[in-house]
Amino acid sequence: MPGKLKVKIVAGRHLPVMDRASDLTDAFVEVKFGNTTFKTDVYLKSLNPQWNSEWFKFEVDDEDLQDEPLQITVLDHDTYSANDAIGKVYIDIDPLLYSEAATVISGWFPIYDTIHGIRGEINVVVKVDLFNDLNRFRQSSCGVKFFCTTSIPKCYRAVIIHGFVEELVVNEDPEYQWIDRIRTPRASNEARQRLISLMSGELQRKIGLKVLEMRGNAVVGYLQCFDLEGESGLVVRAIGTACTLDKLSSPAAFLPACNSPSKEMKEIPFNEDPNPNTHSSGPSTPLKNQTYSFSPSKSYSRQSSSSDTDLSLTPKTGMGSGSAGKEGGPFKALLRQQTQSALEQREFPFFTLTAFPPGFLVHVGGVVSARSVKLLDRIHNPAFVGIMGNTRSYKLLDWNSFNSGVQDVSFDGKFIFFKRLAVGMLLSDEPETRDAWWAEIRQEIKSHAKALGCHAVVGYSESTSICEEVCILSASGTAAVLNPRFLQDGTVEGCLEQRLEENLPTRCGFCHIPYDELNMPFPAHLTYCYNCRKQKVPDVLFTTIDLPTDATVIGKGCLIQARLCRLKKKAQAEANATAISNLLPFMEYEVHTQLMNKLKLKGMNALFGLRIQITVGENMLMGLASATGVYLAALPTPGGIQIAGKTPNDGSYEQHISHMQKKINDTIAKNKELYEINPPEISEEIIGSPIPEPRQRSRLLRSQSESSDEVTELDLSHGKKDAFVLEIDDTDAMEDVHSLLTDVPPPSGFYSCNTEIMPGINNWTSEIQMFTSVRVIRLSSLNLTNQALNKNFNDLCENLLKSLYFKLRSMIPCCLCHVNFTVSLPEDELIQVTVTAVAITFDKNQALQTTKTPVEKSLQRASTDNEELLQFPLELCSDSLPSHPFPPAKEHLESASSNSGIPAAQRATSVDYSSFADRCSSWIELIKLKAQTIRRGSIKTTMTVEKASPVGDGNFRNRSAPPCANSTVGVVKMTPLSFIPGAKITKYLGIINMFFIRETTSLREEGGVSGFLHAFIAEVFAMVRAHVAALGGNAVVSYIMKQCVFMENPNKNQAQCLINVSGDAVVFVRESDLEVVSSQQPTTNCQSSCTEGEVTT
Amino acid sequence: MTSELDIFVGNTTLIDEDVYRLWLDGYSVTDAVALRVRSGILEQTGATAAVLQSDTMDHYRTFHMLERLLHAPPKLLHQLIFQIPPSRQALLIERYYAFDEAFVREVLGKKLSKGTKKDLDDISTKTGITLKSCRRQFDNFKRVFKVVEEMRGSLVDNIQQHFLLSDRLARDYAAIVFFANNRFETGKKKLQYLSFGDFAFCAELMIQNWTLGADLKELKVLVADKDLLDLHKSLVCTALRGKLGVFSEMEANFKNLSRGLVNVAAKLTHNKDVRDLFVDLVEKFVEPCRSDHWPLSDVRFFLNQYSASVHSLDGFRHQALWDRYMGTLRGCLLRLYHD
Repeated sequence: MPGKLKVKIVAGRHLPVMDRASDLTDAFVEVKFGNTTFKTDVYLKSLNPQWNSEWFKFEVDDEDLQDEPLQITVLDHDTYSANDAIGKVYIDIDPLLYSEAATVISGWFPIYDTIHGIRGEINVVVKVDLFNDLNRFRQSSCGVKFFCTTSIPKCYRAVIIHGFVEELVVNEDPEYQWIDRIRTPRASNEARQRLISLMSGELQRKIGLKVLEMRGNAVVGYLQCFDLEGESGLVVRAIGTACTLDKLSSPAAFLPACNSPSKEMKEIPFNEDPNPNTHSSGPSTPLKNQTYSFSPSKSYSRQSSSSDTDLSLTPKTGMGSGSAGKEGGPFKALLRQQTQSALEQREFPFFTLTAFPPGFLVHVGGVVSARSVKLLDRIHNPAFVGIMGNTRSYKLLDWNSFNSGVQDVSFDGKFIFFKRLAVGMLLSDEPETRDAWWAEIRQEIKSHAKALGCHAVVGYSESTSICEEVCILSASGTAAVLNPRFLQDGTVEGCLEQRLEENLPTRCGFCHIPYDELNMPFPAHLTYCYNCRKQKVPDVLFTTIDLPTDATVIGKGCLIQARLCRLKKKAQAEANATAISNLLPFMEYEVHTQLMNKLKLKGMNALFGLRIQITVGENMLMGLASATGVYLAALPTPGGIQIAGKTPNDGSYEQHISHMQKKINDTIAKNKELYEINPPEISEEIIGSPIPEPRQRSRLLRSQSESSDEVTELDLSHGKKDAFVLEIDDTDAMEDVHSLLTDVPPPSGFYSCNTEIMPGINNWTSEIQMFTSVRVIRLSSLNLTNQALNKNFNDLCENLLKSLYFKLRSMIPCCLCHVNFTVSLPEDELIQVTVTAVAITFDKNQALQTTKTPVEKSLQRASTDNEELLQFPLELCSDSLPSHPFPPAKEHLESASSNSGIPAAQRATSVDYSSFADRCSSWIELIKLKAQTIRRGSIKTTMTVEKASPVGDGNFRNRSAPPCANSTVGVVKMTPLSFIPGAKITKYLGIINMFFIRETTSLREEGGVSGFLHAFIAEVFAMVRAHVAALGGNAVVSYIMKQCVFMENPNKNQAQCLINVSGDAVVFVRESDLEVVSSQQPTTNCQSSCTEGEVTT
Repeated sequence: MTSELDIFVGNTTLIDEDVYRLWLDGYSVTDAVALRVRSGILEQTGATAAVLQSDTMDHYRTFHMLERLLHAPPKLLHQLIFQIPPSRQALLIERYYAFDEAFVREVLGKKLSKGTKKDLDDISTKTGITLKSCRRQFDNFKRVFKVVEEMRGSLVDNIQQHFLLSDRLARDYAAIVFFANNRFETGKKKLQYLSFGDFAFCAELMIQNWTLGADLKELKVLVADKDLLDLHKSLVCTALRGKLGVFSEMEANFKNLSRGLVNVAAKLTHNKDVRDLFVDLVEKFVEPCRSDHWPLSDVRFFLNQYSASVHSLDGFRHQALWDRYMGTLRGCLLRLYHD
C-alpha cells in the first residue's frame, strides 16, 4: 500500500441556484477515488457554502494513483427526490507523484458540467503521502517526469537521450454503448471523460515503465492523442522521447536559503543518476557495455553485437563535418558507424524533440514521411444489440502510401475476432492490431531515413485522420545524423570536451548532406556549403524541426502554407479506401510543389517545422502543410521561378506568360525586401559550380520520388541553371500560378511562423497572447469542383489569418509564433479550421539594428534562447573587464567554447577570457544601443546555486504570482512555446492533459454554434489555468489543443464538442523580478553566499 | 461559402474599447460594423469589411457573456472564465454602469418599476438613445437600487462595495437611488433647465446633512409669527443695505421669499409633499429672484445673511435645526440658481 491520498473540501462559491423557490442551493460534495467515496455535510441554503471538511483519506496503490483521476462531484441535496448534480471536477494527481514537482494541489477549481458548462467554483486541497517502494516488478512508474515540451526543458540538462517510447491503449467508446437505445447525454459524456482520463493515466504509467526500463527518468516531447474510431472504439496513443535529465542549478536559485525547510528538498529520486558510471566516463574512458534493457516491445530483445563499442574514438570525429573537406568522407563514415551502433539497439531511432542540446544534431537529411490507409470495417452492426457478449470482427485493409508504384490494393486478409467482455475491460487483442499498424509505418520511416544516409529521425510525430470507417495513419520526421555521445553515455561535460577538439564552428554542419553524393537516394542539386565551402549542401532543405539555435540565417522567416483539396466520390469500405489511396500520392506531390513554389517566391531556401496534414472526409480530401521558411546562409541562393508555356507560338500567349513572369519576379523582389534577405554576393568561382543534375527534386522523401515516376515535366533546360520551372499547359496550372500570387503578406509590423522562435527576431518583450480561433464554413454543394474547393479553402485560411492580424493589431510590432492550423471535415459540406498560436511583442528598434555579421547574430540568438547566457555576458559587460574568472555554469562554458579554438584542457577548468572579451564587446554595443539598464547580481558560483535551489524556487513561486491589487485570481499565462519571453522558468510542476466534452440541447439559446464553442473554449482555458494555479504555477508552456471535434445538429438545436489540451505547468519568474531580488539580497542573512553577484557599475 | 462558425478566444480576453462603447450604446452588429467602417478603420489597418464583421461579432459575443458577470461586479473579479487584467475589469465595470445625461434626466426621481420600464420606448425616441441602451441604464439603476435599498451605512460606500464603481460614479448612483427613493419630481417643464449634475449636487448635500424625521415644522414660526418675520427682515435689510445691487427688490420680496423657504421645510415632513421639493425651490425662490435679475453674488449674500440673521432673533429657539436646514438649502439654491 504505497500511497495515501488526502483530500479536503474547503468551500464553494458562485454556485448556481438549484432551488427556484428559495433562490438558493443545499450543496454537498462527493469525493471519489477508485471505488471509495466520501461525502461532505450538506451546507444548507447558500450559493457560497463553507464545508471546511475533514481530510478524506484514500489508501491506494501507486498504480491507481497514476491511472485514476480524483473525482469531485458537487450535488444539491433534495429531501424528496434524487439529488441533482451541479457539476464535477476531475483532478489529475500525477504531478504530486514525482518528488520535485508540486507538493500540494490547492485552489479554486471550476465546477464543470458537460451540459451546463462551468457552474461555480470549489476550493479543494489535495496531498499525497508516497511511501518508497523498492519493488522491482512494480507496475507503477511514479517518479518519471513527463514534458510536452519538445526540447530539453529549460531548467534541466540532458545526461542521456535514450530515445523513442510509445504505447497505446484501446477501449470501447461509452458514447456507443447506450442502454435501451436511449442515450443520456450527461451520463455518456461523463463516462467518456472519465474513461479517457483513466486511459491517459494508464498510458502514461506504461510509458513511464518503459522509461524506467531504459534507465531514464523523464519523457520529453510527450504527445498523447485520441483516435475516436466511432463504434470501433477509442484509441489513446502516445509517443515521446525517453531521457535522463539532471536538474540544473539555475541562477534563479540563489535566493537566500533562510526560509522554512521546503518539502521540495526531497529531490532525491529524480536527481539520482540512474547510471552512476556515467560521470566517470570522460572522453578517454571506454564505455560500459550497453546492458540496458530498453524498450520491452517485442522486437527489441536483440542485443546489438556492437553495443560495447569503444567510444573513445569519437572525440576525434565527433561532428567531423566541419573539420576537413577531404577527410570528411571517412570521418563521416566512422561517425555513422558509431551512431549506428548507438541507435541500432533501438527498434525505432526516433526522437520527438524538435530542438536539441548544442552538438546533438550533426546532419539533417530531409523530411521523411509515410502514410497508410486502414479500414475499420465492421461486419456486424452491434450498435444497438447490447453491451455484453457481442462478437465483432474487423477486416483490415492495407494500403501503404509508400508503395505508390503499386496501385493495386492489397488486403492482408487478417480477421480478428474478439469478444466484448464488459464495459471498461480492455480488449486485449486490439492494441496489437493498432500497434502493428504503427509499427509498419515506423519501419517505413526508418527505411526512408536510412536511404538518406541517416540513422535517426528527429522532430518525429504521428497523426491520424478518421472518417467513418476509413483511417489515414501518418508519420513524419526529419532524417538526421546525431552525435552518439548523448545517446548512450557521456554527460554534457564529456560532450563539451569532445567538441573542443574540433577546430571549426559547426554552425553550418547540420546543412551538410549526410548521404553519399555519388550514390544519392534521389536526384539532388548539390553545391559546396556557402558557409564553410568545404562540404556539400543541398539547394533546399525541408525539416520538421525547429531552426537550430546556432544556424545562421539571413533576414527573417515567414509562415508558408500549402493548401489543397481534392474531391472524392462517396464510397463504402474498400472502394473508399482505394479511392483515397489513389488520391494520396497526387496530393502529396501537389502539396510539395506548392510549398516549393511558395518558398522560392519568398526568396528563401529552407523550411523548418514542416507539418503536412491530410484530412479525409466523406467526399473530399484536404491537405494542409505549414512550415516556416528561412534563408539559410549555408545554402545557395534560390533561383527564381520560371514560367514556360507549352505552345510558344501564340503571340498573345507569350505576352501573357511574360506578364506573369514579371509579376512573379516582382513578388520575389518584394519579399526579399520584406524579409530582409540580402545574402552577401559570392562569386561562382569560390563556390564552385554546382554539381549538375538532370532534374530538380525535392528533399521531401516520398514514395514516388524514389521510384521512377511519371512526373517528368520539370526540365531545367528551359531556364537558368537553378531556376524552378513552372509549365503552364492547362488552366489548372494557370490557377496554381495565380494562387501563388494571391497569398497576401502579413500587414506591416506582423510576422508569423509555425516554429518556436521566429528566425531573425530575438528581442522579445514580455507581452504574450495565446489564442484559439475556429472557423467552420459551409460549401455550397452546387459548385463543388476542385478549383472552387481550393479557392474556398484558400480563402478560409487567408481570411482567418487576416482576422488574426486585425484582432492583434494593438500588439504591433509582434510575431505570431507556433501558428498551428488543424483542418477537419466534420460533415459533407463543412470545413473546420482550428488555429492555435501565440502573439509575442518585440522591440522594433532593437530588431532594426540586428547585427549583420553572422557571429554576432548567432551570439544574440543564442543568448535569447538561453536565459542563462543572457545574464552572463550582460554581467561581464557591466564589469567591462572581468577581474577574476567566475566559474560559470556549464552551459555558459559550453557555448563560449563552441565559438573559439582554445584547447580543451584549459577550457575545462577555466574561462576563456578572449572569447568572453569578444562577446562582451558585442554585448556592450548592444547594450548601448538598447540604453538598457544593466542587470546586476546575476552571477553566482555554481555551488551556492545548487544549495539554494529548492528554497529559491519556493520563494519565487510566491513572488511571481502576487495577488492582483483588487482581484483574487492570479494570472496564468498560456503559450504553445517552451519558454516565456522575458522570464525564466524555475520549475516544472507536471503535465497538464485534459479532456472535456460539452454538449447542448439549446444551441440557439446559447448563441448558436459560435456562442456555444466560444464559451466552451473559454471554459477549457479557465479549467487549465485553474489546475495550473492550484499546482502553484503561473504558466502553461508547450500548450497544445490536440483535438477540437465539433458536431452540430441545428435542426435539433443540438451541438457537441470534444476538446483535448495538454501542456507543461511551470513556475516562471520575470527577469525584472530577478533583478529586484538580487538587489535586495544584501539585506538578507544569506548575503555571504551571494556577494559575488554584487557588481559595481 | 458561408461562415457557419467563427470564433476567437484569447487566454487574455481581448477587449476593444471602441466596440465596447458601440455595444453599450446598443447598436446592432450591423450598425456597429457600419459605424466602424465610417471611422476609417479599414483604411488604417487594411482590413476588409468581412474581417471587421467577424471581429465585431466576436467582441459582441464576449460582451454578451460578460454581461451576466457585470450585473454583480465582484463576480467579475473572482470568476475564472475570462482572464482580464484588473485595469480592464475596472474599465468594463465603469463603462457598463456609466449612463447618459439625457437618459438619467428622464427617469430621475421616477419609480424604478415595470411601469417606468414600459416608458423606455418613449424615452428612447425622445433622447435618441437606443432602446437597448436605455434598458441597460434603467436596469443598472434598478439593480443598484435594489441591492442598497435596505442596507445600513453610507449609501456611497455600499454602492462602491457592491458594484466596485469609481467614487464619482458611486456618488452619482447614490443620487439616483436617493431621488428614486424620495421620488422627487424633476420632470416638470420649469425644472428642465436643471442638469443631472445640479440634482446630484443637491442630493449629496441632503444625504449628508439631512435626516428623516427632524421636526422641521418648528421653523414655521419664522413666518407665522409676524413680529419675528418683521424683525428678521429688518436685520437682513440693515446688514445688506448698500451691499446688494437688487436691494429694493429684495426688500420688497423678502416676506414672500422667506415664506417660500420656510414652507419648503414644513412640507419636507410630509412624504407626499417631499416630491415637490425642487418644484417649490424653483417656484418660490429661483424664479422670483431670476425675474428680478438677481446676480448670483447677490443671491449668495442674501442667503448668507438671511440664514445668519436668525441667530439674532431672541424669540427663536431652534437655531441648530435652522442651521442644518439652511446650510443645505443654501448650497442647493446656489447650485440651482442659473439659467
